[in-house]
Amino acid sequence: MTSVSPELDTRFRSTAAEAGLLDVAYDVVESPLGELFVGISDRGLCVISYEAEPDLQVERLARGFGSRVLRSPRPVDPARRQLAEYFEGKRKQFDLDVDLRLARDFGRTVLEELGRVPFGEVTTYGALAARAGKPRAARAVGTIMNRNPVPIVLPCHRVVGANGSLVGYAGGLERKQQLLRLEGALLA
Amino acid sequence: MEVVRIPPFELFYEEHKDPVFAHLRRLLGQGAEDAFQETFLRALRAYPELRNGRHLRAWVFTIATRIAIDETRRHRPTTPLPDDFLPETEDGLPPHAELGPLTDELPPKERAAVVLRYGFDLPYEEIAAALGSSEEAARQAASSGVRRLRERSKNS
Repeated sequence: MTSVSPELDTRFRSTAAEAGLLDVAYDVVESPLGELFVGISDRGLCVISYEAEPDLQVERLARGFGSRVLRSPRPVDPARRQLAEYFEGKRKQFDLDVDLRLARDFGRTVLEELGRVPFGEVTTYGALAARAGKPRAARAVGTIMNRNPVPIVLPCHRVVGANGSLVGYAGGLERKQQLLRLEGALLA
Repeated sequence: MEVVRIPPFELFYEEHKDPVFAHLRRLLGQGAEDAFQETFLRALRAYPELRNGRHLRAWVFTIATRIAIDETRRHRPTTPLPDDFLPETEDGLPPHAELGPLTDELPPKERAAVVLRYGFDLPYEEIAAALGSSEEAARQAASSGVRRLRERSKNS
């Protein structure tokens, strides 16, 4: 059967995004931590996932943002570039709009506070809970970190236990260590 | 009728892009690339309004067919359809080189039924879904379209 050439396929995927017809454009981005699934909605970055297998992510995005989810590399380029710069040690802050529309109430407040934790520093679950207005909600903050829709860009890797232990990370503790080491926040 | 969930567009596109392109290629030759892009852009625009994912193949083939017909009409003098476009039908209607323009004057439903049946070889079940009518009505639309074409070719 005659099949669609890669050029035509790319052309359609780009045009669809340029025409503003997508709920989410996504791509798989290479990184030192492995492949990242990165999605961009009309409002900004809406997902980064270490689980780069697209099918599951695509279904999840369609439920949350609308059915017009399409792999389209170009809208992902600014995030791709900034992530590359970050991993090369050339960027300490991301300059990207983040779409947190699926986060509600306290979860959203916490994620917004998380975005203010600077490069190379760590904070604790309890301290972040306090900054979000609920000092006793450390455990809830742990859950919110675990479900952070955009890790790395919203730096949940910078949140550790009160005793300094790393506690947990959705992408695995090894990645959390790698990120903190990259930022010079871990000595070993 | 059973309602099937609408898949994310990525899955829909991956499933149908090659067959749709093959048919547009058969209809339009080199013009197929633009028509392909237009087909899926149109599908993307209409996608949020879809309520049932059951007959998506017929749906996107109908969009492609309309675009191909419009395209052949625009370029009629320069890009004739391939000779094998219309296979010989069970009614003995001769293969026709220009199904698109030929069916121009048919009522829209008959025209779509004829093109989908004889140009694309879709089963009546899918044509019915594409037309939003019963299978029986699709069958009738195609056969009265063919009858009309045959009468017209007798008279001309």
